[in-house]
Amino acid sequence: MPTPVVVESGEIHEIHTDADVVRVRQAARTLALSAKLSLVDQTKLVTAASELARNTLVYGGGGRATVEVVRLGPRRGVRAVFVDEGPGIPDLDLALTDGWTSGSGMGLGLSGARRLVDEFEVSTDVGTGTTVSVVKWTR
Amino acid sequence: MDRVPILKIGDILLVSIQVDLQDHIALALQEDLGDKIVATSARGVLIDISALEIVDSFIGRMLSTIASISRVLDAETVVVGMRPAVAITLVELGLSLGGVRTALDVDRGMAMLAASTEVRDDELEPDEHGAIDTVSAPGD
Repeated sequence: MPTPVVVESGEIHEIHTDADVVRVRQAARTLALSAKLSLVDQTKLVTAASELARNTLVYGGGGRATVEVVRLGPRRGVRAVFVDEGPGIPDLDLALTDGWTSGSGMGLGLSGARRLVDEFEVSTDVGTGTTVSVVKWTR
Repeated sequence: MDRVPILKIGDILLVSIQVDLQDHIALALQEDLGDKIVATSARGVLIDISALEIVDSFIGRMLSTIASISRVLDAETVVVGMRPAVAITLVELGLSLGGVRTALDVDRGMAMLAASTEVRDDELEPDEHGAIDTVSAPGD
C-alpha cells in the first residue's frame, strides 16, 4: 500500500484581485520556509504559485488557493491547489504548450509552472472550471 | 503604496522596486517611466530588483516592455541586482528577458549606462544633422 500524504498545516486564500495573488505568493513563501525547502526550490514554488494564482484570477474569473505543508514518509513538501469555476480549458494539451496563450500573457503560465514543480495535475471541464494542483518536495 | 518611485540622478532614472509587486502597480510603473523619460530627457533607466524574491512571467514581461519603451524613447535600460535563485527560476520558467541588459549591481549598471550613452553621444555629429542641437543640448 502506498504511504499516504499527510497534511501538516494549511491555509485557504480567496483569489479575486491582484492583491490576493500577492497574498498567495506570500503564503507559499511562508509555508515553503517552514517545510525547509532550499532557497531555489522556495523561489520556484512561489513563482509557480504566482503564475497559477494569476491564471485563476485572469482566466478562471477568480477562485481560491489552498496552500499546505505535506509529508510523505520522511519527505516534506508544499502543495498548492488552485480552484476556479470559470470557463475551463477546452484543449489542455494546447494550453500546456510553451508560448500558447488565449489571453494577453506570454503563454508561460501553465507550461512554465509545470517545469518549476515536482508534481503537477490539472483537471478541467468546459463550463465547470479548472483545478490545478502542484507539489514541491524537499530534496 | 500604489506607485513605485522613480528617482532622477543626472540623466539617469533610478527605479528600486522594494515591494511585492501587484500587477497593476507594475503596469503603472511602465507608464510612469515612459512619461518620465520624455519629461526629463533621460538617457538611461536603471531598475534595481535586488529586493524582489521572485520574477514571474508578468514581471518579466514588464521588464522587457520597459526596455522596449525606453529604447524607442532613446534611453537605455539596465536591470540590476537579480538574485541567483530568481535567475535560475526565470530560466527554467522559460523567460529569456529578451532585449533587457543586466548588470550585477547598481554600480556596474551605472557604469554600463555611462559607457553606452557616451558612445552614442560620440556618434552624433552636429554638423551633419541640423536637428541634433535641439536633441542633445542639456549640459553634457
